[in-house]
Amino acid sequence: MSGVPAPRAAGDGQVLLRATDVVKHFPLRPGRRVVRAVDGVSLTVHSGETLGIVGESGCGKTTLARCLVRLIDLTSGTVEFEGRDITRMSRRALRPVRRHVQFVFQDPYASLNPRRRAGDIVADPLHVHGHGDGAAVRRRTEELFDVVGLSKTYVDRYPHEFSGGQRQRIGIARALALNPRLIVADEPVSALDVSIQAQVLNLFADLQEQYGLSYIFIAHDLGVVRHVSNRIAVMYLGEIVELADAEEVYAGPVHPYTEALLSAVPQIDDGTTVRRERITLTGDVPSAIAKPDGCAFHPRCRYAQERCRSERPLLTEVAPGRLAACHFPLLSGLTEQL
Amino acid sequence: MPEPLLEVRDLRVTFRTRRGTVTAVDGLSFSVLEGDTLGVVGESGAGKSVTVLSLLRLIRDPNARITGTALFGGEDLLSMPESDLRAVRGRDISMIFQNPMTALTPVYPIGWHIAEQLRAHEPMSKAAARARAIALLREVGMPNPEVRVDSYPHQLSGGMRQRACIAMALACNPRLLIADEPSTALDVTTQAQILELMLRLRNTHGSAIVLITHDMGVISETADRVLVMYGGRAVEHGSRADVFRRPRHPYTWGLLDSVPRVTGGRVRRLAAIPGSPLSPFEVPTGCVFAARCPHRHEACAQRPELRGVDGHLDACWLPDNRAEIRQQARSSQPAEVGP
Repeated sequence: MSGVPAPRAAGDGQVLLRATDVVKHFPLRPGRRVVRAVDGVSLTVHSGETLGIVGESGCGKTTLARCLVRLIDLTSGTVEFEGRDITRMSRRALRPVRRHVQFVFQDPYASLNPRRRAGDIVADPLHVHGHGDGAAVRRRTEELFDVVGLSKTYVDRYPHEFSGGQRQRIGIARALALNPRLIVADEPVSALDVSIQAQVLNLFADLQEQYGLSYIFIAHDLGVVRHVSNRIAVMYLGEIVELADAEEVYAGPVHPYTEALLSAVPQIDDGTTVRRERITLTGDVPSAIAKPDGCAFHPRCRYAQERCRSERPLLTEVAPGRLAACHFPLLSGLTEQL
Repeated sequence: MPEPLLEVRDLRVTFRTRRGTVTAVDGLSFSVLEGDTLGVVGESGAGKSVTVLSLLRLIRDPNARITGTALFGGEDLLSMPESDLRAVRGRDISMIFQNPMTALTPVYPIGWHIAEQLRAHEPMSKAAARARAIALLREVGMPNPEVRVDSYPHQLSGGMRQRACIAMALACNPRLLIADEPSTALDVTTQAQILELMLRLRNTHGSAIVLITHDMGVISETADRVLVMYGGRAVEHGSRADVFRRPRHPYTWGLLDSVPRVTGGRVRRLAAIPGSPLSPFEVPTGCVFAARCPHRHEACAQRPELRGVDGHLDACWLPDNRAEIRQQARSSQPAEVGP
């Protein structure tokens, strides 16, 4: 599945991260069945862009993110960051790379140590990577609080004294501490109320503009992913089924799963929206332990044909700039737009 | 105008805590018509769940104090004897909870849950209850209901568990179904299945529904009438078209504008509501939303009453040309303030 052509991207277009055929299987019993959490994913992230990864629970979004930054080791495949293969680097050799790749976690209640002060949490990366003495670290910490919109006077408070949105700001400040090039954000706003979610999404946008950051932004909320992303990868059962420019995916999905996913989003009817036809998927997502043969989506796909049951479709360019893993992509809607 | 099925008047729920008295629900009034769906929307801490739990007197905290009236079919749920209420709960009014895993006992199969509910309210043999449970599971779209009736909750997926809970809630053909975030824990395609199921069952069983959610999209697609809550109070109440197409309260505007949409134009920045949701310890004497409201003025130091015409009510001191005010606020760049 290597050699996938990349659709156009925002930013200066330099490839920052390239993943090739990433596989992560978790064995259940040695030599027996495995959970195929990530099953052959190839993607690129360009400098200055946001790649959104969307999919339902259990589709392998988080496992993929952890593989991409080597928080866990890959079963097979490679990940290159700025042209260097980090797949089999030792922990020591990885350290300088880690400065440039930071992670923002989903649960702002679980990702901050409750027994440490907010300022110390944010300063941790600075200490680990040996950035100056106490006073310099303190100055930088206060600066980071300022950047993410928290009062400097909060540095000595403990996590429980902050609201959910403020905690996520602390997590973002910690990720920013070392001036990274890439931030991987795993469901950073899903635990927040909608008004607070909007504030944090605006912060992500401002920081990108200010520092030229690249993001891999994982979320299950399709509105959120559309809002932040330049390009979008849609995952289903450990595979990318569609990958293209965000607006194009939302305007005309070419994979039947994307089509169903978008049609399922409850929409606010304020008199301006146009309703799409709802495609209700039947049944549940199959288990990643016993993936269906052929196309993983075929048991729930309303367009499935004989070929889909036996032959696994690969992610290929089905229309200019539109990648999909489907034998019968939905191209009729595209010609109308062109 | 048909007689309301449920009429809540001046509901007030307070909790005594070590840090003083907390007012979770503050003088809330609303009604639900027979066969109607009322959507209750608001952010965490708005008092949505406390409201419905207090109606069924499911708040066991001895420090809680509940006042007001809740007339259901002419009888006050808040003052009737516990033994009478037991006959109402599960039979006339039933509930679906957010997390189907914790709403079911892990040590009994799902069929047991449904049969228990049936046998608590009407004399019925075990075999008959089991047959009825299988029929209910079939009705809610459970595959292989004859087999699944003996499945334990952990053997089912989240969506299937929620279907089992719905089957349980519908077992006695309730006149009112209260659903507290029934689809929040589910994936979007499963959520669509569950919401569709609830609406289909509303049509076949004729139950009224009170649907609580924080998701404006879910409300917009399911509710007939909408109640927007903030800080334990109703800030806007009206028909779905009123609230979504002609919203009057600045908090409703904020909620609608904070949601990133999947269709239409894309904005670079969302119109976030500045500040954080109200702490229940710091409820102001004036308007509850004033601290975060871009339209705050002197009048807001006084608490506005919920008032309006033709069933479209709101609690705000702004003059009546709200659409104009909202349009003006949108064209001038909103100030950005973090929490």
